[in-house]
Amino acid sequence: MKKMYGVILLLVLAMVVAACSSSDDDGKSADAGSKKGDGGKNQVEIFSWWTGAGEEDGLLALIDKFQEENPDLKVKNAAVAGGAGTNAKAVLATRMQGNDPPSTFQVHGGEELNKSWVAADKMEPLDDLYKENDWMDKFPKDLIDLVSNDGKIYSVPVDIHRGNVIFYNKKVFEENGIDVPKTFDEFVTAADKLKKAGVTPLAMGDKESWTATMIFENVLLAELGPDDYIKLFKGDIAFDDKRVVESAKKFGKLLDYINDDHASRNWQDSAQLVANGDAAMLNMGDWAKGYFVNDLKLKTNKDFGYFAFPGTEGNFSIITDTFGLPKGIDNPDEVKKFLTFLGSTEAQDIFNPLKGSIPARVDADESKYDEYGKDTMADFKEASLVPSLAHGSAASEGFLTKANQAVNIFVTQKDVDTLIQSLKNAAPEM
Amino acid sequence: MKAASCLVHLRWNKASAEAADNNKGRKTLESDVAVSQSGMNAGTKAMRVCCQSASQKQGGTGMAKTAIKKRKRITKDQWTAIGFLLPSFILIVIFVYGFIGWTGYVSLSNYNSIVPDFSFAGLKNYIYLFHDFRFQADLRNTVFFTIFFILLVIVLGGGLAILIDQKLKGESFFRNIFLFPMALSFIVTGVVWQWLLNPSTGFNTFLKFFGIQPKWYTDTNILAGFQWGSIEFGIPVAIIAVVLAAVWQMTGFSMAMYLAGLRGIPDELREAARMDGATEFQVYRKIVLPILMPITVSVIIIMAHISLKIFDLIYAMTGSGANFVTDVPGVYMFETTFRGNYYANGAAIAIVMLLLVAIFIVPYLWSARKGDNA
Repeated sequence: MKKMYGVILLLVLAMVVAACSSSDDDGKSADAGSKKGDGGKNQVEIFSWWTGAGEEDGLLALIDKFQEENPDLKVKNAAVAGGAGTNAKAVLATRMQGNDPPSTFQVHGGEELNKSWVAADKMEPLDDLYKENDWMDKFPKDLIDLVSNDGKIYSVPVDIHRGNVIFYNKKVFEENGIDVPKTFDEFVTAADKLKKAGVTPLAMGDKESWTATMIFENVLLAELGPDDYIKLFKGDIAFDDKRVVESAKKFGKLLDYINDDHASRNWQDSAQLVANGDAAMLNMGDWAKGYFVNDLKLKTNKDFGYFAFPGTEGNFSIITDTFGLPKGIDNPDEVKKFLTFLGSTEAQDIFNPLKGSIPARVDADESKYDEYGKDTMADFKEASLVPSLAHGSAASEGFLTKANQAVNIFVTQKDVDTLIQSLKNAAPEM
Repeated sequence: MKAASCLVHLRWNKASAEAADNNKGRKTLESDVAVSQSGMNAGTKAMRVCCQSASQKQGGTGMAKTAIKKRKRITKDQWTAIGFLLPSFILIVIFVYGFIGWTGYVSLSNYNSIVPDFSFAGLKNYIYLFHDFRFQADLRNTVFFTIFFILLVIVLGGGLAILIDQKLKGESFFRNIFLFPMALSFIVTGVVWQWLLNPSTGFNTFLKFFGIQPKWYTDTNILAGFQWGSIEFGIPVAIIAVVLAAVWQMTGFSMAMYLAGLRGIPDELREAARMDGATEFQVYRKIVLPILMPITVSVIIIMAHISLKIFDLIYAMTGSGANFVTDVPGVYMFETTFRGNYYANGAAIAIVMLLLVAIFIVPYLWSARKGDNA
């Protein structure tokens, strides 16, 4: 009998140990195939949050093409679902801190890259890659600056989205006899007119508060101009600057024109208001174009039009997805092959038309893009580029979180002093 | 379904140091029912069974340990018990209590960016939180959410149980109907109620006929509000919409618990009371409800820990809400930790949440312990 118990005990322990170790193995091999197993050196793992409609197609097309050109390499798509990469970023943070980085990962250019991964000394500089491929004049200088820190370049931009765009319902504008407003005052005049006609002038869906933060950053850009806008987020201009206070007031004024149920809507829901004609305008990144055209089946320049946020014409608020090279991976040379591919016009022209963004390179093939894309590409070459706050480019994630909170409170309370004070308090964390 | 979810909740509730063992859990369930029965059969076998199983689940490992101290020889049974309990004991010590300790440690550090920094910060993170508008709003929301949620779940759950206990036809049909929402996850409930209570679609299209258009969870008004700290303290109207959804989901569960309690009351007791001339109202007031007290305590504890830790329902249904009227510590913790990389602040929120739950659980554990000793 005694033996029996001993045997059972041993079995139980063995099972526990086996369970632990086997799950451990699974986890490792699933997460870090590049470290173990056959041909680990040949595996390139691409970490992103491109799981939405157009972007996933783009990513898969990219992988197919790369695979075709490099049959000896094995590409692994490690995309993590979740809007704006919230979940992906949490997974990435865990992996980076556990010294188990993916071969390359998606990160917004700007402080999201610099203030976290570069500051944590987890990234390899890519200056050589840029020189080898002669990229220095293929990407706009402002953009290269955005993915650089202390004079070293850390990632390869793949796509560009624009944040300071207002989309509008053409029919509503025509019916109410409204011209595209160029300045803040024109905007207010138009909005008053629309309001009188019973149309919500500005659609907003701030169930997630970054949509409101986008409006605020565009007002800031209009008020400060591109140079001082950048200085503001570099900390060279204080948040209690007269013009920032003025921006907050104007932002508050704009909030008088939004739909009542803004807190129950996300950005797609607010875009629907414009599509239905219940609201006239929407300030959103130009992924909204993809939503209008692909999901709501509207026609560009027929059903909906677009213009730069009043006062920001000639400026381009960029949101760019980039890929970098983490330290501590086994096969940096193979991963560099992939990064070289990502930076090529060929790859960018495969990916961007599908995602609905424009290429980061200035020498891409315009004929592959739609009307809106061509327009934006022309602007992109000419305009001064500024980083978007709401998408993590202008300031650190920490500052952004606090800015979003302050904006959320402001949307209801409209207390300029509180907003300015909150931003000022958070400023050291930019 | 019922039994399974009861198990889950009761296990959570007891915070027992046992691994997921169905048989053990079932015993826990039985013991709770036994507690309600023991209300009138004190000193009977049921009570003893209950005490035994209670002491087992309270300190299975503790029992093994004291056994080592007291006697030289350890019997085979005890070796087996130790063998079975040790793996889960070790895992739980590390992965539950170890990490609670680690969270506490992080909450006292300066780890507020992606770069780990474990230098000692004292109570800095806590002080920041309690001055923070959002956290103050979270605490206010949690307080009112918990109060309304528990009250409604008890009143409605108890009421439904009493109605169903009237030996009506198709009883099991109604029981299942009311229990059914519990089969859904809070995420599903959240998404559905988000549509139902959306001010521009949903329920309001029906209310239009009556000319009222409540703003539900987008309402930023605070009832009976007054300035307190940096927030307006009072009942946030928006939280009521969330309470509705949560109550819809959890009422069936409390009904099932009350029903189990009611079934444990022998008809003789009520009959005797009626014979003595008690009205039906008095029967409930003086006989049934007092006997159901232990059930009510269980319901309060189970619902309190759900409401204090609530995350998924809010996340799916309303998000933080305008002016943080529907925000709760769980959502804040998630956002500040995983979006803002404020790990130490997030850890501090987690510790505050733990303490809040402890306010409910510790007295319960304490009284349960006393009950065992007696």
